[in-house]
This record gives sequence, C-alpha cells and structure tokens, in this order.
Amino acid sequence: MVQKRILVIEDEPNISEAIRFILTRNGWQVEVEADGLAALSRLRADPPDALILDLMLPDMDGFEVLRNLRADAPTRDLPVLMLTAKGQSADRDLAARLGVTRFMTKPFANAEVVSALQDMVGP
Amino acid sequence: MSFNLLVLTCLAYVALLFAVASLAERSAEDGRAGWLRSPLVYTLSLSVYCTAWTFYGAVGYAARSGLEFMTIYLGPTLVFVGWWVVLRKLVRIGRENRVTSIADFISSRYGKSNLLGVIVTLLCISAGTPYIALQLQSIAQSFTVFVTDIDSAPVAGDRTLIALWVAMGLAFFTIVFGTRNLDANEQHHGVVTAIALEAVVKLVALLAVGVFVVWGVADGPADMLARIDAQALPEWQIQPGRWTGLILLSAIAIITLPRMFQVLVVENVNDKHLATASWAFPTYMFAISLFVLPIAAIGMELMPAGANPDMFVMTLPLALGRDDLALLAFLGGFSAATSMVIVASLALATMVSNHIVVPLWLRLRTAQGQDTGDMRLLVLNVRRLSISIVLGLGYLYYTLSGGSEALAAIGLIAFVGVAQILPALLGALFWRGASRTGAALGLVAGAAIWAYTLLLPSFGAGIILPAHVMADGLLGLPWLRPYSLFGLTTLDPLLHALFWSLLVNALAFCLGSFLSFPSPIERVQGALFVNIYDRPGLARSWSRPMAQAEDLLSMAQRIIGVKSAQGFFQAQAAAQGKAGFLPDITPEFLEALELKLAGSVGAATAHAMIAQSAGTAVVSVEDLMAVASETAQIMEYSSQLEAQSEELSRTARKLREANDKLRKLSVQKDAFLSQISHELRTPMTSIRAFSEILMEADGLSAEEQAHFAEVIHDESIRLTRLLDDLLDLSVLEHGQVQLDVAPANLRKLIDQAITSSKSVQAQRHFRILRSRDDEEVMITTDGGRLTQVFINILSNARKYCTSETPEMHIQVRRAQDLIEIDFTDNGSGIPTASQSLIFEKFSRLTDSLQAGGAGLGLAICREIMQNLGGDIIYVPGQGGASFRVSFPRVLSLPAPRKDAAE
Repeated sequence: MVQKRILVIEDEPNISEAIRFILTRNGWQVEVEADGLAALSRLRADPPDALILDLMLPDMDGFEVLRNLRADAPTRDLPVLMLTAKGQSADRDLAARLGVTRFMTKPFANAEVVSALQDMVGP
Repeated sequence: MSFNLLVLTCLAYVALLFAVASLAERSAEDGRAGWLRSPLVYTLSLSVYCTAWTFYGAVGYAARSGLEFMTIYLGPTLVFVGWWVVLRKLVRIGRENRVTSIADFISSRYGKSNLLGVIVTLLCISAGTPYIALQLQSIAQSFTVFVTDIDSAPVAGDRTLIALWVAMGLAFFTIVFGTRNLDANEQHHGVVTAIALEAVVKLVALLAVGVFVVWGVADGPADMLARIDAQALPEWQIQPGRWTGLILLSAIAIITLPRMFQVLVVENVNDKHLATASWAFPTYMFAISLFVLPIAAIGMELMPAGANPDMFVMTLPLALGRDDLALLAFLGGFSAATSMVIVASLALATMVSNHIVVPLWLRLRTAQGQDTGDMRLLVLNVRRLSISIVLGLGYLYYTLSGGSEALAAIGLIAFVGVAQILPALLGALFWRGASRTGAALGLVAGAAIWAYTLLLPSFGAGIILPAHVMADGLLGLPWLRPYSLFGLTTLDPLLHALFWSLLVNALAFCLGSFLSFPSPIERVQGALFVNIYDRPGLARSWSRPMAQAEDLLSMAQRIIGVKSAQGFFQAQAAAQGKAGFLPDITPEFLEALELKLAGSVGAATAHAMIAQSAGTAVVSVEDLMAVASETAQIMEYSSQLEAQSEELSRTARKLREANDKLRKLSVQKDAFLSQISHELRTPMTSIRAFSEILMEADGLSAEEQAHFAEVIHDESIRLTRLLDDLLDLSVLEHGQVQLDVAPANLRKLIDQAITSSKSVQAQRHFRILRSRDDEEVMITTDGGRLTQVFINILSNARKYCTSETPEMHIQVRRAQDLIEIDFTDNGSGIPTASQSLIFEKFSRLTDSLQAGGAGLGLAICREIMQNLGGDIIYVPGQGGASFRVSFPRVLSLPAPRKDAAE
C-alpha cells in the first residue's frame, strides 16, 4: 500500500514539529513548509494526498493559499484541513465558502487531527 | 502795401481757414474723416507749440542771445524722442477717460476734485492770458510794420484797435468751430485741420525767407556762416546753466501748456499717432529753427541800428524789395499767432466753463430748487462766453502792459507758470500714493512763488509790486526779495523763479501726499491712471442703481443733444439685450453715461450731474465714499467668512485625520482580541500537542522526551512573558505604574542596554557607534524603565536590520533640560505607510517567528516614555530605521502624563 503524503503549512516550528511527529507515527509521509507562497508552487508541481494549512502565515495567508488551490485544476479537490489560533467564527465561514474540507481551532487534540485526516484520505 | 489790401489778404486767408475747417467738419460728420485722422495732421497740429513768439520772437532772441533760442526746441525734442512713454501714457489715459483739458485731467485723477480743476484753470488763465496778449501784440505789430500808407489810413497806426479787431475775429472763429457741437470727445476736427494748414504756412514762410537770406542775400552756406561769425556778440556765448534750465523748462511746457494738452491729448484720435509724432514733430521743429540764426545775422548786418530784431523776418525782405516774401512771412506770423490763440482760448474756455461756470451755475440752480433746464445750450453758451472772456482778458492784458515787452520774456514767464502743473501731472501718471491734498498744496505753493518771483515783477517795479518790495523784499525782509528769494542771488530771475517754484511745489506735493490719506475715489482714480495699461475694464464707481432711466435720458438729452443721447441710450439698451431707449440702470451703464457726459462737461461736473439726477446731494463724493466703505466692510466680512471657512476646513481636516486614525485603531481594536487569542493559543497549541505526545509516551526515546519537555517549558515561558507584557502595558496605559526615580548615569544605562540586547540573535555581529562623552550625563529618572526602552530598540534593530554589516548609531543631545537620543541603524527602515502604526499594540510588521514577541514592544516603549515625561518617535528619512527618545533630564513627580484625562 502506497504511503499517503501529507503537506503541512505552518510557520510556528514547534507546532509543525508536533504535527509531523503525530502523523509520522500514524504511518503518513509528512512534508513541512513554513511559507504559503513557496508551498503553493510545491503543491502545484506535486500535489500531496492532503494538506494541513495554518491560517496566519507570512507573505500569503491560509485563505489566499486555499483560494489559489481551488482555482487550479490539479488541486481543486485536494482535501484541506485548516488550523487557526484566532478562533473567530467569521474565519470559519470564510474558509467554508472557499471550500475547506475541515476547520479546526488551536490548540487541538492530537487524536482529532489524526481522525480528521483519516476521514479525508483514508487510513 | 496798402492797409486795405493787407486787410483783404488777411480776410481771404481767414476765409480759406474757414473753408478748410468747414470741409473737415463736414467730412467728419459724414464719417469720411479718414484723412483727418492721419498721424500727419496730428503732428502738424502739434506745431501750435510754435507761436508768433517762435516765428518773430526766435529771430529777435537769436539776435540778442545767439543759439539760446534753440533750447525752446531742444526741450520738446527730448520729450518726444526720449519721454515717448510718458506721452503715450498721458494720451491713453486722456482718451480712455475722455479728458477735456489739463485741468480736467488733474481733477479727474485726484478724486474728480473740482477744487483742483479750479486751481489749474486759474493758473492756466493767469499764465495763458499774457501769452494770448503776446500773440495779439505780434499781429498788431506786424500790421503796422507792413502797412506803408499809415498816413492815409490812421487806423493802421492804432495797434490797440487792430488788436481788438483781431481778438474779435479770432473769438468768432473759435466760437464757430470750437463750439459747433458738444460732442463726446471734445474733438474739433475743423479746428485741428485748420491748425495743420497754418502749420504748413508758417513753416513754408520761414523756410522761404531763410532760403532767400542764405542764397539770395548771402552767397550760400559758407558765406552765411562767415557772416554769422562776423555778427557774433559776447552775449551769444552759451551759458550752460541757463541752457539746462531753459531746456528743462520747455520740456515741461510741451506737456503742461493747456494748448499743447489740447492738441496732444484731447484731440488725439489714436495713440499710435504719437509714434509718428515722436520723430516728425522734432523734425518740424528742426526745420522751423534752421534759418533763424541766418535771418538774425543778416538782419543785424543790413538793417539800420535800432530796428526791432523781432520783426526781421518781415522787415528784411521788405527792405530788400521782396514784398512777396514779406507778405508770405506776414501770413506765416499771422498763422502762428492765430493758431495759438484759437487753440489756447478753446482749451482755456473749456476749463473755465467746465470747472468754474457750470458747477457754479448748477449749485446756484440746485440751491434755488430749480430744474436745470436745457444743459446743452447752457454749456455751449458758457463755452462761447468763456472764449470771449479769455480773449477779452488777453486783449485787456495787451492794452495794460502797453505791448512794449520783448516777446520772448512773456513766453518764458508763461512757461514757468504752467510748469507748476508738472509735479501733480507726473504724480497722476506714476504715483498711486499722490493725493488731492498734496496736488493742491503743490500747485498753490508753486503758483504763489511763480507769481511773486516772476509774473508780478514782470510788470515792472511799482506797477503791481511796489518798488520797495522789489528792492528790499516783502515787509522789508531781504530774504523775501522777489528776484533773490532766500538769499539766492546767483541765478537770473527766470531760473531763480523756476528753481524755487518747482522745488517748493514738488516738496509740498510729496509732503502733502505723504501726510494726507486719499479718499476711496482718489485711490480708485489713482489706480486707474497709474495702471492704465493693465486695466481690463472700467472701474465700478457706481455700485447701485439710484436713478430712473427716464430721468437720466432727459438729463443726457439736455447735455449732449436729443439725437446723440437717444442713440447712446438705445445702444446701451441693445447691449443689455433690451429694446427701446431705456436700459437697466447698471453700474456699468452709469459708468458709461458718466464717461459720455464727461466728454462734454468734464469729469467732475458729469459726476456731479449724475449724482444730482440720481437724487443724491450736489456732489456725490461723499456718497461714493459711503459706497466704498460699504464695499470695504463687505470685503472685510467676506475675508472673515473666508477665515472662518478656512478654520472650518482645517477642523474638518483634523476630524478626518482623527477619524481615519480611529478607523484604523478600530480595526486594530477588532483585531485585538483575535490577536490576543492567537498569541495565547499558539504556545498553548505546542504545549498541548507535546504534552499529549508525552502522555501517550509509548516508543519515545529519552532524548525525544527531554526535547518535548523543553519545548513545553519554552512555550510556557513565552506565554508568561506575553501575559507580563500585557499586564505591563495595561498598568502603563492607566498610569498606575510605580516609577523608581533615582539619579543615574546615562552612559551606564546605555552600556547595560547594549549588553542585555546582545542575547537577541547573538550570532550577528552588530557594530555600535556612540560617543561616550556625550553620554556622560547625570539624569534623574526611572533608570530601569528607560533601559527597557533602549533594550527594546536595540533588540528590534538586531532582529530587523537588513544590512549585511549591521550598524547602530547612538547620538545623545542635550537641549537645556531635555535629553534627546537618536538610535539609527543602517537597514532599510520602516515603510512610510507603517510608520504611524508601529507604536500601536500588536503592530508586528513581520512574522512572529522572527520577531519572537507579540508586537507589544514599541507600544510599551511609548507608554514608558510618556510616563517618564518624554516621548519616543520614529524619525523618517535617516537612511535606516531611526528612533528618537526624548525625556527631561530630571523627572519631577508626579509625572506629567499627556493623556492623563483620557
């Protein structure tokens, strides 16, 4: 069985390290990117099976990354789990409109992230 | 030649003049006046300057004083060639304001003051009357010289009788052609054309006699020059002082003589004609003076001793048997005299009627409450009467003075008299500050000195001025002797009078103008005259409709005639887009009407009459002043409004700025909770995630466990620091901070801050440029808080400075009790758009990873500095990011908080 590839876009190194540890332990292949703009070109070139996307990013925020993904054919249906520390309902609505797959506020329970990803890409 | 033949010749010549004048008038009426309006006719009419004095007198003058007669031509030549600009301005103003005389010009400029008009009129009459007498004398004299059959015609010997007939004849001519109509421009095409013809006659006559003398009597120019040298007298020596004075005098006279003003300004139809006149008139004067000296020299050589040199032009051809030339010379002299008398009496009569008789009559009738009746006929009759009066005065002067004076003397006395107008005239053209009071003072003072030092003594000691006054001075005071005023004895009487009268005149004029405050109308007129060239339209003297159009029409009809008035009103109505004869009474219309009437009766009178018709008091200067001050009030009020509206727009701008800032702050405030949430949740996320990992704990290496625990520890500290910052800020913002104020050395505080900030990005080498000497300042403040600010700035620089070789420049300045410290790095600085926001909370410009803080640092710094009685600002344009920290050297408690009231 082919290992599922998950891309994590997160600028807080401690948080991305934690996510990488959890997902790797669960059998997924994890790649991390701290910058939205750099991540976008990487996504287009080689789309992963799922994406974990932080909202507050330098240069290009999560919404903008999502909007770009949905406008691009290869990534139109890419499952995206969005994480945010801001926790405002307006953000959740906007993310939904832009076609996010799941939306979660920080801090999260590790098990929740794993189960959400399993829903999105399968075990 | 027999007396009868001579009289017949004269009558024939006069008939010719009548014919020419009539023809010209008719052509002008039919609108075929093209040739009348040529610059040539204008130039020739200017030759009215060359009177009988020039024709006969110049030769006599040359016989007595050599070339000195030339000064009388040099002055005008200089004016026409060099002062062309002055003449052009004079002519332009005169035409645009429909000035009727030099008195009207002065009156009009100085607030349409009739007082000035009267002064100038009286001055011109006193100077002009002897001059007219001089012309009568020369004609009478030439008659008696020419007539051979004195015995058979006794009347020919009676010069007084001849003078009387001549005066009456000239009065008749002037009345016929000078008062034919009372048209707008006060222009007399018939007179001007006749004058132009006479100019040709006198030039041809003098040239003919001259050519006869040089080539008929002498043997050509060479022989002529030799003969002139042979006749030279010691008196012929050129006297530089006298020459300068006479040139100046004649230069002034060409502008101020009433008859010159008449032909130069009033009769001018196009100021471009001056361009031609500026060379043609000097040429004319050159030609007419060319043979003066030869005629004088040959006359002295050939005529018997004791012969009157003033008559050489005629007596020399007579003696040599050339009766034809003598007759031509006689006609030339006759032309010169008559043209002067006609124009001078016309000019003087206009002044007398416009400035003395009509205003007087108006005032009397108004005082009696009577209707003003037919003004047109009145003005014409007054004008006719005035002409008769002026010529009558001339005749009277002639009979009283006995006609024995040398001709030139009278001419020069008149010149000095009218020269008194010069200061007021130049002031009118060039000095806006010149005032009515100044002009009146100058004119009266100058005229008085002229009369005392020149005019009255000219009658001879004991005639008007008693002999003892002449010899010992007024009241026996030697310094009041007429010919040596204030002890000035070195000048001859003429220059003496010219010097003192013009000096005192100009001084009084300037002083009076400086010391008096011009009325509004004076200022309006002054601006109009001085700035004639950059005037877009006419000034608004009349600002509100006061009269009924019908009343104005009936008044105008009385002055300028029914046809002309109705035509004018109809045209004005048409211009306003109305049919019929009654235009709306707009200020523009009243202005135009006043101008139209001014052409007939002078500015002051026209102004008074419109005021009268408008139902206001006799003269409306007061009314105008009221209007003007009303205008001034309105202007003041509107400037106040303007100031208020400026104030409003300033306030609006401030409000807009405040609003913009509030909106930005509001957005930030909105973002504040979301920010705090983010800043708190971010470390919490790491803590929770790693603690869950540790809790599950299966399969973790010892290193992994230790590392995860360390992350949790660090993030906890970060969380605590954030909470500390928030609390700190809150305490600072609400002024509840406890300051620990103590003396400290600024250098040591900076040292401490530099050391502390080194932990931030410790791997970067940061060069610090500072002057420790400047920093050696003892301060009394909360040293700990101040150091906190320094550390923040230094840490920010270490974090954000983009330079490869980062540097920080610290400059300390002391301004009295204020300390200013600039921290400037060599990075790329802060973008302009962000500069106003960096001191706000959570205004982090970069990502939190690099910053390692919550974006509260500078907000805290600002609060600290304000608590220390100082401030921290961003200084733009310093190359890199530059922060200026300022605070009082000694902090006095309680600390003055700028926003304590908030």
